[in-house]
Amino acid sequence: MIEIKNISKTFNGKVVLDDVSGIFRKGETSLVIGASGTGKSVLLKCMLDLVEPEKGEVFFDGKEFLHVSENDRKDLRREMGVLFQGGALFDSKTVQENVKFPLDMLTKMSEGEKNDRVEFCLHKVGLDGTGPRMPSEISGGMKKRVGIARAIVMNPKYLFCDEPNSGLDPLTSIKIDELIKEITDDFNITTVVITHDMNSVLSIGDNIMFLYKGKKLWEGDSSTIMTSSVKELDEFVFSNHALKKLRGEFTK
Amino acid sequence: MIAIMLKLLGKFFIFLNELFTRRESAKVYWYRFLDECITIGIDSVLIIAIVALFIGAVTCVQIFANLVSPVIPLYIVGNIVRDMTLLELSSTFMCVVLAGKVGSNIAGELGTMRITEQIDALEVMGINSASYLVLPKLLAAVVTFPVLAIFSGFLGIFGGYLAGTLTGILTPEQYIYGIRFSFIPYNLVIPIVKSAVFGFLIATISAYKGYHTRGGALEVGKASTAAVTNSCIAILIADYLLAELLT
Repeated sequence: MIEIKNISKTFNGKVVLDDVSGIFRKGETSLVIGASGTGKSVLLKCMLDLVEPEKGEVFFDGKEFLHVSENDRKDLRREMGVLFQGGALFDSKTVQENVKFPLDMLTKMSEGEKNDRVEFCLHKVGLDGTGPRMPSEISGGMKKRVGIARAIVMNPKYLFCDEPNSGLDPLTSIKIDELIKEITDDFNITTVVITHDMNSVLSIGDNIMFLYKGKKLWEGDSSTIMTSSVKELDEFVFSNHALKKLRGEFTK
Repeated sequence: MIAIMLKLLGKFFIFLNELFTRRESAKVYWYRFLDECITIGIDSVLIIAIVALFIGAVTCVQIFANLVSPVIPLYIVGNIVRDMTLLELSSTFMCVVLAGKVGSNIAGELGTMRITEQIDALEVMGINSASYLVLPKLLAAVVTFPVLAIFSGFLGIFGGYLAGTLTGILTPEQYIYGIRFSFIPYNLVIPIVKSAVFGFLIATISAYKGYHTRGGALEVGKASTAAVTNSCIAILIADYLLAELLT
């Protein structure tokens, strides 16, 4: 379980996050949603300590993360897997080397064990046989899959995904969503997904947090989001053309 | 202005400190160091060879055209080519050229890694990204630059020999007598020390600029430009200080 308490962050005097608190439970896919520029990615970076918040605390299974010693932080980070928006694959390494990289750097596993683990992870994300290819030789969707494979290779307890569907076609987006959900369920991990994709919200959102101008305005799940009385959330949800049309039909 | 300069200098030294704290295992650095030696050192051999040969040749021709008179013996041409090459051209001039090649490469690579979140990816794995990425480059520059300086010095003197003898400025015997005349072995130490210091400056300044890039592709370009210009200025200042210290 991950708990964030009163996270606040400003950039050049502009408030980006304002006292955001919340709980992300184990075995659930928790979504942080909101329009562009509402502070979703900054919240994720604060949780990962890539951006230092002015105020607030982050707890991973009760252990405080932001104000611990360098060694404790390093230990906690080994339990995290992160999928970045663009995949963040190392350009100079092959797909296999990218996935194997955390094992090379952080474990004392034998070469054979590492290769088995890499093969397992690539198989899990449906990329068997792509190991020798370079990141520049694969599609955007495949890069995201490799990113997921690298994120889960250390068998993390916490998985973070920053806009996993950005720049992908609807079909690939659905596949990525399904993969994230499957990994969360199979490994029983705590997953936090930053997104503004309504398909993701409705299909994988066990727990949803809505941010608006840096503030948490609503929290619930995919079954209650459609009937929320929060005006800003209503506008965000029904900015999706298909949902708007559906609501029109329903009202008729 | 002074406050800004001091703040920048402070940030730079904090960055240098980061390179040596929370290091990874020596094995990791060894492989990365070898890779960087190839990128920074071996891949620069051709450009250094071309520059050194031609600068040596031009120096020879210019000295003959401007210095030689009936009262000055011809072997002095070889003598001055040797000293100019060893004391300045093979270290300072070579490093200004390398600031353009290696400096922009380092800043561009790290800047791109920053804006594509590759550096963040290293950090969330618990790896000290500054140390992992920059320290091998720094060590490779400090080790390979003196080797390149020796190579450049040899080729510079050889370039002077070719230009001098092939155009009939002086005979091979005169040139060789000139480069051996009143030779001070200590002068061989100067380009080695200078190029190691310049290598340190180019690697750290360029890495600092690239590592702290914020924004997009435009900022990566700006970081590369700043890396080259700042490195060149640092080389020239350090060159003066080293000239005072070493001679």
